Amino acid sequence: MSGAAALQLAGQAALGLLLIGMVLAVIRLIRGPNLGDRILALDMIGVLAVGFIGGVAVLTGFTLYIDIAIALALVSFLATVALARYLMSRAARRSRESER
Amino acid sequence: MIAELARYLGALLVLAGALFSLIAAIGVLRLPDLYTRLHAASKAGAIGAGLILLAVAVVSFDGAVVLRALLGIVFLLLSTPVAAHLLARAAYRCGEAPTATTTVDDLK
Repeated sequence: MSGAAALQLAGQAALGLLLIGMVLAVIRLIRGPNLGDRILALDMIGVLAVGFIGGVAVLTGFTLYIDIAIALALVSFLATVALARYLMSRAARRSRESER
Repeated sequence: MIAELARYLGALLVLAGALFSLIAAIGVLRLPDLYTRLHAASKAGAIGAGLILLAVAVVSFDGAVVLRALLGIVFLLLSTPVAAHLLARAAYRCGEAPTATTTVDDLK
């Protein structure tokens, strides 16, 4: 098998594996059970999407995709941080209300 | 010759990265509580995506692309633990209970 053929085959297999992983993360997103688990599942989907875009870049040879992957990683990190802050502020509000 | 070797190496890296990502996703689904799930997602997930970006760098043969891929890997390795720590801290403040088999809780 030539290098290009091996790369194509590995890229296709990698996209399949990442797709399975994304389905598992979506199942965790739906099942929960708490908000924290859902935030984690969203973060996981973001990281898997970065991997997916990298796989597409390898398959097509169109390396401009790597910029998209970096931007997506940035947005996904910011979303996780914002949601975690929201979770923390909700906990603080609840403890204040229970003191009253 | 070198290009051919780089393509084989890239194929190997892409497959390894996808496998790491799949293992991370299985961990997120199967592990018993939020803290253990975070452990799976933040380590294996970052390594998986990082290996795939490394594969892009190896097969591209373009200095600018290699630099950007390395930048992406560094950013992933920096941001994922920060996000996981923040989420674990927020969940602990919320009173999220660890699984029953947890024996040590230093924050109590």
